[in-house]
Amino acid sequence: MSQILVSMDGITKQFPGVLALDQCRFELRAGEVHALVGENGAGKSTMMKILTGVYTKDAGRIVYKGKEVEIAHTKAAQNLGIGIIHQELQLMPDLTIAQNIFIGREPRTKFPLFLDDNELNGRTQALFEQMNLKLDPRTLVSELTVAKQQMVEIAKALSFKSEVLIMDEPTAALTNAEIDELFRMITQLREQGVGIVYISHRMEELKRITDRITVMRDGCYVDTVRTDEATIDAIISMMVGRQIYSTSKPSIDGSGQQTKVLEVQRLSRGNAVKDVSFHLNKGEIVGFAGLMGAGRTEVARAIFGADPIDSGEILVNGKSVSIKGPNDAVRCGIGYLSEDRKQFGLLVDMDVKTNISIASYRSFRNPFGWMKQAKMERNAEAHVASLKIKTPNVDQKVKFLSGGNQQKVVIGKWLTRDCQILMIDEPTRGIDVGAKSEIYKLLDELVQQGKSIIMISSELPEILRMSHRIIVMCEGRITGELSSAEATQEAIMKFATMRVEEEAK
Amino acid sequence: MKLAEVQNRVSVRKPVFMKTGATQKLLAFASLILLVVFFSLSSENFLRFDNVIGIMLSTAVIGVLALGSTFVIITGGIDLSVGTVMTFASVMTGVVITFWGLPIPLGIAGGILTGALCGFISGWLVAKMNIPPFIATLGMMMVTKGLSLVVSGTKPIYFNDTPAFSKIAMGTVFKVPFAVFIFFGLAIIASIVLSKTIIGRYNFALGSNEEATRLSGVNVTFWKILIYVITGAFAGIAGIMMASRLNSAQPALGSGYELEAIAAVVIGGTSLSGGQGSILGTVIGALIMSVLTNGLRILSVPQEWQVVIVGLVVIGAVYADILRRRKK
Ligand SMILES: Nc1ncnc2c1ncn2[C@@H]1O[C@H](COP(=O)(O)OP(=O)(O)OP(=O)(O)O)[C@@H](O)[C@H]1O
Ligand SMILES: [Mg+2]
Repeated sequence: MSQILVSMDGITKQFPGVLALDQCRFELRAGEVHALVGENGAGKSTMMKILTGVYTKDAGRIVYKGKEVEIAHTKAAQNLGIGIIHQELQLMPDLTIAQNIFIGREPRTKFPLFLDDNELNGRTQALFEQMNLKLDPRTLVSELTVAKQQMVEIAKALSFKSEVLIMDEPTAALTNAEIDELFRMITQLREQGVGIVYISHRMEELKRITDRITVMRDGCYVDTVRTDEATIDAIISMMVGRQIYSTSKPSIDGSGQQTKVLEVQRLSRGNAVKDVSFHLNKGEIVGFAGLMGAGRTEVARAIFGADPIDSGEILVNGKSVSIKGPNDAVRCGIGYLSEDRKQFGLLVDMDVKTNISIASYRSFRNPFGWMKQAKMERNAEAHVASLKIKTPNVDQKVKFLSGGNQQKVVIGKWLTRDCQILMIDEPTRGIDVGAKSEIYKLLDELVQQGKSIIMISSELPEILRMSHRIIVMCEGRITGELSSAEATQEAIMKFATMRVEEEAK
Repeated sequence: MKLAEVQNRVSVRKPVFMKTGATQKLLAFASLILLVVFFSLSSENFLRFDNVIGIMLSTAVIGVLALGSTFVIITGGIDLSVGTVMTFASVMTGVVITFWGLPIPLGIAGGILTGALCGFISGWLVAKMNIPPFIATLGMMMVTKGLSLVVSGTKPIYFNDTPAFSKIAMGTVFKVPFAVFIFFGLAIIASIVLSKTIIGRYNFALGSNEEATRLSGVNVTFWKILIYVITGAFAGIAGIMMASRLNSAQPALGSGYELEAIAAVVIGGTSLSGGQGSILGTVIGALIMSVLTNGLRILSVPQEWQVVIVGLVVIGAVYADILRRRKK
């Protein structure tokens, strides 16, 4: 067995109102990929933030290469050779890629105050060549897609030549090709003896890449097992400690009536959305599949009025409507759960209660504009219970919730609003298996109540499992439509990669 | 892996050619040219040598304040105290030179140090005590305003015994006052600091995403304080220039200058939300402000209307910037 790099023991961390970690432990060896799994809010990110000096522990000890260490700030962790890719991207959008990667350790010229930007860009270029990445180090980060930004984070962590590399849900926003590339790099690092902590909610990735798995639940250590000796089912039941709702293919019969609640005709917006027409029936889930950047989010945003459209018509319940902004859309009964919840979907500095009520303020105020606090509270509490949102109370600020629980708050918001048409963008990104199945169950219940749902997802199994109909996009156009009966992963991918040039030939 | 190849192809994006800041600077520069052309066509006096020098001279003090403010504004902060800190620095210079009778260089050092110290205190309040910049520097503005009056005994301090002092700003080379050279010299230095040194890099990093900068192991508190110190030092220099130009330290002057400085920075395309901005933009912004005031005066637009027009220009400049951003 190889050397033990990190051993954490008896780690306890108390946040106001939440015991995030309770006597938790974790061990990492050189040259292994060690998965850390657990439900949303189990304390995975907190554990790793303690190891990297973002938070200080209340109790417990950390032994690094045989010596007990105190890691008081992030610099201390970097100096020890511990690197981390945070779950929430931590980049400076107004700086270039190279400037981001070398922030805090910029190469200098002979005069220590002056920067050597040629050296900076050269080193970044060399790093990218090693990683097989085609990016220009001089590009501003704000011009990159989320996936590319993620790759920049990974490059940054790699550039530290860390002996310990922590990846907190690195694949949440990546395409399959990028995931393959990431895994290739992980394998390479493992061979060099780097210890890698890998946090993910995607169970199928664990089998592919990890050597050992540590399971956490409610801030406590559950068990550590070898990946080749464990079954995924066993790990899931350790994580959740309860039964999981399983959906089969949607029990669709077309439900006879087929009333169109939403019809979109020849919607166009710049290069992002080209001539998109489709319809949505009452009580139906339409899945939007496609590669990252295919224009699915842009379609949803255009329908929701978040971006101005160039041309096209939108009909709700057969009537043409003019949607100039999200408030018009909400009035027409359309809700949108954005993919980037931090930026567009949540008021992170406000509490859970406010976030859940914000889209339906009208129903929480009396005629004089006075807010009905008690009613807001009752409603929020009901959703916290039904969605199993992990929070000490509804007055907690949303920024203190774990990533997955933030997502559930957004869902609670649109459930409160009681929309007829819901557009949900990557509803289960960063969400644990237990919560995922709860969200699936919820969506099934919603359509049974007669609501209609557009679901955008990059996870094909999810699309196949939930959708009655699947629309596939590529480069801003709809390239195919499949019924749930004829849809397979291969069929979807064929349409998803069908580019216009190829069609034209 | 055929699919992977296809995906790779799809996700390779065309590089973006136009840099963000460049267009705004171009826009500001174009408006400056437009103004100059307009005023010189409307009045033959406008382009006369002494009028141009007058414009430059009136740009110099506000311009130096604006240069300093650019640093703080790029971090996403604001410094409302630069105007009164400038006054306080000029009063302290007067104290050193006239009251204590010390040599002029010590007076200059005293003025700059006063500014830097005020900046240090503001920076410390912001970075260490987590007081919002607006509040911390609002407090500093009032404190220095009061201190100027206290220290000077509410009366102007004259530099009549040291005639050399007024040469700092008003001495000339080829009829161009030193103040103009000081302004452009400082602009070049500020521009180098912002684009070529570690201070500038962290300045933009802080404004872009402070938390990410902290998590990258950068000592955010230290750099933030340093940036407020720089802004304060620029206010100190402006104070000396002001005192030299008036040959006296006027303790009641200075309020309102900070807003003009901020306006110049904003017209120059620096974003109040931080992360974006440039010194060249600020220089152009400061020039636009004084060309406008000067031109309107030459056209005999009444003083009160001049203010209204400058206000509208500030709003228009920022709106143009927003439009450009939305287009992207
Ligand atoms: N800064 C904070 N203040 C208060 N509570 C916090 C803070 N950070 C985390 N918590 C709480 O600590 C618990 C553990 O959170 P953590 O982010 O470690 O979960 P996680 O396992 O990473 O979940 P996810 O899979 O959703 O990312 C959660 O209940 C969360 O709400
Ligand atoms: Mg987490």
